[in-house]
Amino acid sequence: MASEEMEQLVRREYTQGFVTDIESDTMPPGLDENTIAFISKKKGEPEWMLEWRLKAYHQWLKMTSPSWAHLDYPPIDYQAISYYSAPKKDEDRPQSLDEVDPKLLETYEKLGIPLHERAALAGVAVDAVFDSVSVTTTFKDKLAEAGVIFCSISEAIRDYPELIKQYLGSVVPAADNYFAALNSAVFTDGSFVFVPEGVTCPMELSTYFRINAANTGQFERTLIICEKQAQVSYLEGCTAPQRDENQLHAAVVELVALEDAYIKYSTVQNWYPGDEDGKGGIYNFVTKRGDCRGDRSRISWTQVETGSAITWKYPSCVLRGRDSIGEFYSVAVTNGRQQADTGTKMIHIGEGTRSSIISKGISAGRSNQSYRGLVKIGPRAKGARNFTQCDSLLIGDQCGAHTFPYQEIGNSSATVEHEATTSKIGEDQLFYCQSRGISEEDAVSMIVNGFCKDVFQELPMEFAVEAEALLNVTLEGAVG
Amino acid sequence: MLEVKDLHVTVEGKEILKGLSLTIQPGEVHAIMGPNGAGKSTLSAVIAGKDGYEVTSGTITFEGKDVLEMDIEERACAGLLLGFQYPVEIPGVKNIYLLKAALNAQRAARGEDEMPAPDFMKLVREKIKFMKMDSSFLQRAVNEGFSGGEKKRNEILQMLLLQPKLAMLDEIDSGLDIDAMKVVADGVNSLRDANRAILMVTHYQRLLDHIVPDVVHVLVDGRIVKTGGKELALELESRGYEWVLEESAA
Repeated sequence: MASEEMEQLVRREYTQGFVTDIESDTMPPGLDENTIAFISKKKGEPEWMLEWRLKAYHQWLKMTSPSWAHLDYPPIDYQAISYYSAPKKDEDRPQSLDEVDPKLLETYEKLGIPLHERAALAGVAVDAVFDSVSVTTTFKDKLAEAGVIFCSISEAIRDYPELIKQYLGSVVPAADNYFAALNSAVFTDGSFVFVPEGVTCPMELSTYFRINAANTGQFERTLIICEKQAQVSYLEGCTAPQRDENQLHAAVVELVALEDAYIKYSTVQNWYPGDEDGKGGIYNFVTKRGDCRGDRSRISWTQVETGSAITWKYPSCVLRGRDSIGEFYSVAVTNGRQQADTGTKMIHIGEGTRSSIISKGISAGRSNQSYRGLVKIGPRAKGARNFTQCDSLLIGDQCGAHTFPYQEIGNSSATVEHEATTSKIGEDQLFYCQSRGISEEDAVSMIVNGFCKDVFQELPMEFAVEAEALLNVTLEGAVG
Repeated sequence: MLEVKDLHVTVEGKEILKGLSLTIQPGEVHAIMGPNGAGKSTLSAVIAGKDGYEVTSGTITFEGKDVLEMDIEERACAGLLLGFQYPVEIPGVKNIYLLKAALNAQRAARGEDEMPAPDFMKLVREKIKFMKMDSSFLQRAVNEGFSGGEKKRNEILQMLLLQPKLAMLDEIDSGLDIDAMKVVADGVNSLRDANRAILMVTHYQRLLDHIVPDVVHVLVDGRIVKTGGKELALELESRGYEWVLEESAA
């Protein structure tokens, strides 16, 4: 679209004003330019941001939803979705844990989540339960001292426009794919992290601290930038099952690592997978990509995926810098009727780039899971190396595991190794454990956790412990 | 303590045990010998509760309880423990973790608290030393990459730790060299006491030189055809099984 047209369009909206009352907290369902202008205005964004969003929207209109994934779901009606709703006011929330679904609380209990955190996760009005302000302030001070910026993406757009202009969409362009374009047009929440040159972020950053009452946005946008020699470890999500009325989630995460920088991004995703028939579960269509822009930079993705009815997710690394390193460690668990199509892309551009992929898929119940991985080695990537290992574990005989490895090697000096196994959880292994007195359920969890060990040891300590507990809860009743 | 009465077992439609009876008293060591395919391993697998074995008639009682009504783990917690001929590998699960989980599961079944970690470590160190195993075994994945002899020692290590009332050893001597045999036998012998019984399944007399049985049974074609003292094993070693068959047919 030509820029004059764009300008006209933008102006038209502004002169005509909005159909929707700006004071209202929720938009009626539907998506058009008005919706986007409304979101932008609500967020107090500058005009260039609105233009950016509208451009993405128009690209999205020309695109079609991808159909190549090994997933089966009814077409999504994008006009039936409401694209903006303000965070719930405290008085609308449950006032105490007594008002929260006991089943949810039971799960928190099993996961060993501290009492005050349970309240926050369940959406209880935070101030009614505990004072989160003090925690937040202490860590904000500490970060500021180190020069690290950690705030919501909306704040960043207002307060650090130059950084946003420079980096937003530089890793995942709006037109990258259908869901990324949609996200670019309508994102309402997400995190921004900037670690300046030479700084190692003094603490692990977690969305958990930032998002008020753990009310995750439907279209999250996260941007993390590490300047030269900077380092950060970022934790996304949490192990507790999160309630969310929004069925469609389409997040975009962009990571930029400059020379000698290291970004470690860990995710534990446990959204509602739906009932036994898979009804009501979250659709999770995520675009995550890291750009190793500088020489010797390193980006590491670690994910534990247990929730959602549908997962479509391929955290990737673009290895541009010389000797840069990309890593992907993944455990994906599906049970019931869940479907997951997940994997990674390692794009080797620079010389001497290295990547490793370790993917562990566990399918139980009537679930279906695919690993889809691309290793692409460009003509300039002399001496590039990749190692891929993907293992699938099946529990029961009604589930499925599929592996789709793609390799495009444009350079004869590259080394690419791929190992894959599929095994059924062994009757013999179960019998062995049980004949020592261990219950079937504990035996399954022991075997499954053993299977995932390579990945769990990549997680930050606390997360690893929670991830194990989470796996056990997810697979409860998977056998027998 | 253990009473097996007229046990008939089929595997995939084929009858393997055809009316086996056996009584074991506390303090006794029994050896079951017999030719290949006689049903020796089937017996210990059925007592332990392995899937795929259908008991068509007969009973198994252990200390007055109907074993066939119990889950696999209940049987283990009641004190029935099977040492495997071919212990399975469990990648990623540390040996020490399995030992601890098993011990605490059995304690829980008895209504006891978990063993405190320092006590547990002390106990394991003592037993592992007795089995002449390196303590690095504890940190390795269960049976993964273990040699045949190491696997067997590991089975006995579990027995020493779990202290079953009836230890069942399925061809514990297979694949062992003389030194390893000695260590394994020492382990088993250390379990012998007035309140505990041991049931060994073996092909060879050799093992019985090291673990001397009180009672020897000859199992042929799904039935026990002869029972005697330790001298019976020696006779089998020199004369083979043919004469027993002829004698029992007569």
